[in-house]
Amino acid sequence: MTYINKGDRPTKTGFGEGVRDAAMKNENVVGIGADITASVGMNIFSEAFPERFISLGIAEQNCVATAAGLSLSGKIPVFSTYGVFAAHRANDQIRISLCYNNLHAIIGGAHAGVSVGPDGATHQALEDIATMRVLPRMTVISPCDATQARIATEKAILELDSPVYIRFGREPVADFTSENQDFTIGKGQVMRDGDDACIIATGHEVWESLKAAERLEENGLRATVINIHTIKPLDEELLLDVARRFKTIYTVEEHQVTGGLGGAVAEFLSEKMPTRIVRIGVNDRFGESGKAGELMHHFGLDAESLYNKVYSDIMQDRNL
Amino acid sequence: MNLEEKAKHIRNLIINALAEAGSGHTGGSLDLVDIFTVLYFNHLRYDAKNPKWEDRDRVVLSIGHTAPVLYATLAAAGFFPEDEMLTLRKFGSRLQGHPSLDFRLPGVETSAGSLGQGLSVSNGMAFAAKFDKKDYRVYCVMGDGEIQEGSVYEAAMAAAHHRLDNVCAILDRNRLQIDGNTEDVMALEPLADKWHAFGWNVIEIDGHNHSEIKAALLKAEQCKGKPTIIIAHTIMGKGVPEIENNNKWHGKVPTKEQAVEWINRQ
Repeated sequence: MTYINKGDRPTKTGFGEGVRDAAMKNENVVGIGADITASVGMNIFSEAFPERFISLGIAEQNCVATAAGLSLSGKIPVFSTYGVFAAHRANDQIRISLCYNNLHAIIGGAHAGVSVGPDGATHQALEDIATMRVLPRMTVISPCDATQARIATEKAILELDSPVYIRFGREPVADFTSENQDFTIGKGQVMRDGDDACIIATGHEVWESLKAAERLEENGLRATVINIHTIKPLDEELLLDVARRFKTIYTVEEHQVTGGLGGAVAEFLSEKMPTRIVRIGVNDRFGESGKAGELMHHFGLDAESLYNKVYSDIMQDRNL
Repeated sequence: MNLEEKAKHIRNLIINALAEAGSGHTGGSLDLVDIFTVLYFNHLRYDAKNPKWEDRDRVVLSIGHTAPVLYATLAAAGFFPEDEMLTLRKFGSRLQGHPSLDFRLPGVETSAGSLGQGLSVSNGMAFAAKFDKKDYRVYCVMGDGEIQEGSVYEAAMAAAHHRLDNVCAILDRNRLQIDGNTEDVMALEPLADKWHAFGWNVIEIDGHNHSEIKAALLKAEQCKGKPTIIIAHTIMGKGVPEIENNNKWHGKVPTKEQAVEWINRQ
């Protein structure tokens, strides 16, 4: 099937809308800002509910532990900042005050991946999935577009009762999933089905993978594309299904190939159903400045690079 | 029992529990006894039979390794049986080495053990009280070595900026940490001036003088528009002369024989 882009939007916008929508339904939802409120989509919430928004300045450790105190007293705090600062600088607060206490709080990790662009390596979150998913009790969500980010965020706030990390991007990207999609935290989505290749993607890479699959189809190859929007808990059932069908599985993410989606899939399948996993992502290096598109291409994460990789692999296999 | 007797009783519970556990933090636990005694038996609003009562005052023990003083006081206040003190630090016990919500010990408000987080957690509770228009207060007990953690100052700024007058920090100023005197390891002075400069109401007391503790807690409650810090000058290991002011007893516990001797002398 072909997905239609309804118009480019950043996933951070969807995140902000999701917080606002959840706040309309539950008066206990409160927001915490660390100076970059609009830059991480939280202005959508803070403008709708200024009296429920706390500005704490550039102090991520304090923001997270304050969120813990709010949660301990019955609030549902949402704290959003760049993923690099949330997942790394405030990691100990997330570990002890949120996860060890098993508190319901949402940590928004903005500026995921190299598509952050010109700000360069310091602001491109490439290890956040890794450091968040190893924490006991943490749910890790990485929605593929703005619509899904809105739905995922609202559900995470209203349906879960534990700590959640939601990762989203800066750059306006294709917004293509349906308002009425079947979205369940922890359940992957089969975006298209085909027998010639299997690509498992997360975040922005879902759209890139779908575009790559369309090009494969133009060349007579049909690919399955799966959106793993929840990296923890992993949809193990779906992974076992595809591992039964395919000799090789590609994982694609705007993240290091270690510790993220590819790491999680490899860990799981190597135990339960050993399958060749080709992990596409960033290979043990930092990002750099450039335009989003330029960097996506440079790191082999745009549709064209994915298509070239998968197509040449298949051709090579068939010639052997 | 009057407050003096309560304090003695709580000291004994701590000494026994630490001797039985064979590990733990004796010095800091003992020097906080007078403060905890006055807090729980003369000041706080709580219901030991309904520990999750929404309107209760909260005590956040940020200096998690002094858990024995929190546990002993909670036991003495009726949150759980005093016998359970002897399970301290043992496998399966609700009395974990550092306070843990996971193990559901009544009266424990948050897990702690990684220093420098409690004041932020307290602020969060205080914000919630303001949102909900509730008048409960939040007491955050910190160690002096602990406030070398930078995140404490993020929380200090925030509490003053947001006028969290329902937050009262209590600083255990025993001047000792594991490596030695705080002023040698990493100087904290001028301590009161620093907190003044951050916009806090600062009260300095003798942390073993019950009437000074009582008065400070009342003054803190009356101070509006800013948070209060009570800098309580204490003696590490208070109540056991041979270990007083000796930082070797930060993380050391008495033998069972020593415990009997210390308790008999009380």
